[in-house]
Amino acid sequence: MPPAQVNEGLATLSDQLILVTVLLYLVAMIAYALELAFGRARTAAAPAKSRRLVSVGAAGSDSSASAEAEPDAPSTATPAAPAGWAVKAGAVAVVISWLGWACNLGGILTRGFAVDRWPWGNMYEFVVALCFAAVSAFLVLLTRQPIRFLGAFVTVAAALGLGFAVLFLHVQAGPVMPALNSYWIAIHVTAAVVAGGLFLVAGVCAVLYLVRNDGRVSVLPSKEQLDRIAHRAIVIAFPIWTFAVIAGALWADRAWGRYWGWDPKEVWSFITWIAYAAYLHARATAGWRGKAAMIVSLVAFACLLFNLVGVNIFFSGLHSYADVPK
Amino acid sequence: MTTKSEETEVTEREPRPAGLGVVGWLRWGWRTLTSMRTALILLFLFALGSVPGSIYPQRGVDPGRVAQYFENSPTEAEWLDRFWMFDVFTSPWFAAIYLLLFLSLAGCVFPRVVVHFKELRRKPPAAPRNLNRLPQSASFESDLTVEEAAARLRRDRFRVVTGPDWVGAEKGYLRETGNLLFHISLLALLFAVGAGALFGYRGNVLVVEGEGFANTVAAYDRFIPGQQVSAESLQPFSFTLKDFQATYVAAGEKRGQPLDYAATLSVQDTPSSRPRDVELKVNEPLDVDGTLTYLLGHGYAPTFKVTDGKGHTAYEGAVPCLANDQATYTSECVIKVPDAQPDQLGFLVRFLPTTVPNGDTWVSVFPGAANPTVQVFPFSGDLGLKSGQPQSVYQLDTDNLKPLGKMSTQPKPLNVGDTLELADGAGTIQFTGVKEWISLQTAYDPGRMPALIAAAAAVLGLVLSLTVQRRRVWVRVRGRQVTVGGLTRTEGGGASFTEEFAEIVTKLRGAAPSEPSERSQPEDRSEDDSVPDREPVSPSNRSAEE
Ligand code: HEM
Repeated sequence: MPPAQVNEGLATLSDQLILVTVLLYLVAMIAYALELAFGRARTAAAPAKSRRLVSVGAAGSDSSASAEAEPDAPSTATPAAPAGWAVKAGAVAVVISWLGWACNLGGILTRGFAVDRWPWGNMYEFVVALCFAAVSAFLVLLTRQPIRFLGAFVTVAAALGLGFAVLFLHVQAGPVMPALNSYWIAIHVTAAVVAGGLFLVAGVCAVLYLVRNDGRVSVLPSKEQLDRIAHRAIVIAFPIWTFAVIAGALWADRAWGRYWGWDPKEVWSFITWIAYAAYLHARATAGWRGKAAMIVSLVAFACLLFNLVGVNIFFSGLHSYADVPK
Repeated sequence: MTTKSEETEVTEREPRPAGLGVVGWLRWGWRTLTSMRTALILLFLFALGSVPGSIYPQRGVDPGRVAQYFENSPTEAEWLDRFWMFDVFTSPWFAAIYLLLFLSLAGCVFPRVVVHFKELRRKPPAAPRNLNRLPQSASFESDLTVEEAAARLRRDRFRVVTGPDWVGAEKGYLRETGNLLFHISLLALLFAVGAGALFGYRGNVLVVEGEGFANTVAAYDRFIPGQQVSAESLQPFSFTLKDFQATYVAAGEKRGQPLDYAATLSVQDTPSSRPRDVELKVNEPLDVDGTLTYLLGHGYAPTFKVTDGKGHTAYEGAVPCLANDQATYTSECVIKVPDAQPDQLGFLVRFLPTTVPNGDTWVSVFPGAANPTVQVFPFSGDLGLKSGQPQSVYQLDTDNLKPLGKMSTQPKPLNVGDTLELADGAGTIQFTGVKEWISLQTAYDPGRMPALIAAAAAVLGLVLSLTVQRRRVWVRVRGRQVTVGGLTRTEGGGASFTEEFAEIVTKLRGAAPSEPSERSQPEDRSEDDSVPDREPVSPSNRSAEE
């Protein structure tokens, strides 16, 4: 049994760290945006590469690649020389995001220590963890792939999420209901949060994909690249989400006497899972490459969000411990 | 804008058979059912079909709220009920979707298993004529022989076949194995869930402190057996509830929030075994040979002694009360005393665990029983038990009852030990003490373990299917001129294969016994294709493999 004692000092520190995190993410977002807006337009850098795309394109590469090749040529004439400070803004943005990430982590840890339990026992804590996971997913992917252009969108999503949590979901640090008092919270919720963070990055890519105009010069990377990053993130997240759902079933088996009972939360986890599986199928086999698959992935992401937020607010069920302030 | 060409072998849509007769139509139907596109649509329908199950209350989950829906909007509820909206997950249309999905999955997976077994025994294909045309290629000069190249690739766990001047190698069969494992596990999971529902049972019971329970059908308040469960097949355990403790947050914003529930049971696994003490908690069920008993809820059961107008003790015992407010545990219950003379007695009781006066009224301010009192509303007359209609133990039918004395909405509360004199010499009621009750669910589900194993296998299969890549490498040795080509058959796997391919090339260079002295040169007889680290743009380069 956890002690009911709450360390108020740490709890306050946690709330302050989260506010600082929001600020840092916003500053990072502005820096990323500066680089996007004044750095070099992406397509101008592409011709050498996309010519290659076309030469192998016969082998079935995405047609967007070849569609891009022609308009590229004239685009080289547009202001191609990037402002040096703009590139630097990008580098600064990454540093600030890491700072924000550290504050976010600090906010989560101090809250956990303040109440001496896993710090994702209610919706406020859950949303904070989810934003942290999304930024982590982005920063980790960034160390392996050139996806800095995503920064502005991921940090703005995280800042909005945190702001929403602080304004509408915040509850005082405290102990959790007995049902949540289990080591399964560490396994099940952590997996859900990690998968959620990755899905969020994929969702951002999908939105950009649909916004991206094919032929135009754009600060955004090519559709093909967006498609690839979204796919990669979902491929990593899907097994984790599967695991999270199974761990949830195991926990339900421990706590409620059945591993699956079509509780609203269970229903929507299942729907989300099916929707992402449909995305993978659509891409892998059904020939729904490109826009259609992206739309499927966005539908899946909407289901995920609804599950994380909507179900807690609109439906009553066994999962009604979310502790949303009335 | 999608490229259809490359998908055709997978998504081939059967042409509609014109006048092919029954067999033709059946075959067409089967092909259509087991096609990927149909599976996708069924998956979508499956997801869509479960949505109403989360919107409307479900009989299997919360029958009380369904009844309420019927009360609030009867016509709407009746229409919804016609479409099984309150039983979505047991409805015929939902069953139709998942049976079709099941068939589609089976029809798709088993042929693929056969194909995969053949594939597993097949040798990697011979080297194509021009390795430089593959998505990955490199060439260098060294003394490497065909045998050495083959040995080198075998050491990397490639499956290898050799020709006069070439080596063909392939690896990553685990991808398809994993994929098949995943889909078969899904089938197994569906089976396990179904078997659990057929051979398992669930029962709910409420037990008051000091009382016992024996696992028989009759002892349950509610019992839901599977079709294949007989009364004799229940595990014959029994237990007594010795004590129940609930702890709450005592102060601060979260005052009154529950912290922990713990029940102490004295359990006999079989009628002849020795009793053992078990602590039952929310996440720690009692396990008797796979039959699990869970702590679901709790409440108060004040005890009373009722003496009737003739001086006989007409009732003595605990009365379970239902909380109508979780924050204060203000609870209500009913005492029915059919044996009271000369008239039957009935009482409505309000139980306040931590009572404080509030003007002329009394309220409870905390869920723990710090200052328990009861407010009693006595009635006499006919309880209506003879009519044969089943009655709820939590409701008093006051049609043929009259209040005893002046009825107030806030009678003075009784403390433990207090006695209330009833008006008209109808007798007395004494509040003798406070006990607690717990509600339990006992569940036996033989499908649990198989379902877990299937689910674990599904995750394993999924990870293999999503991470392993099927890849092929060929080496051609002409004199000192070595050419290596490679491709991956996996969509999206290009980037990591580029690295792996570069490593393989490095290893092959090192594999020759004598150190090659000169640096390798890209061939100049081919076009720009020969740049060794060229990025593969179309990872699923299927056209290159013929
Ligand atoms: C009902 C009939 C189903 C059929 C006919 C079917 C068929 C297939 C086929 C042919 C593949 C191979 C894709 C490839 O190798 O490129 C595949 C992959 C896959 N299937 Fe299914 N499947 C079905 C149901 C499901 C279900 C219910 C799920 C899970 C919700 C699922 C999840 C997957 C996943 C995750 C992959 C891997 C996709 C990838 O390689 O990117 N499948 N399926």
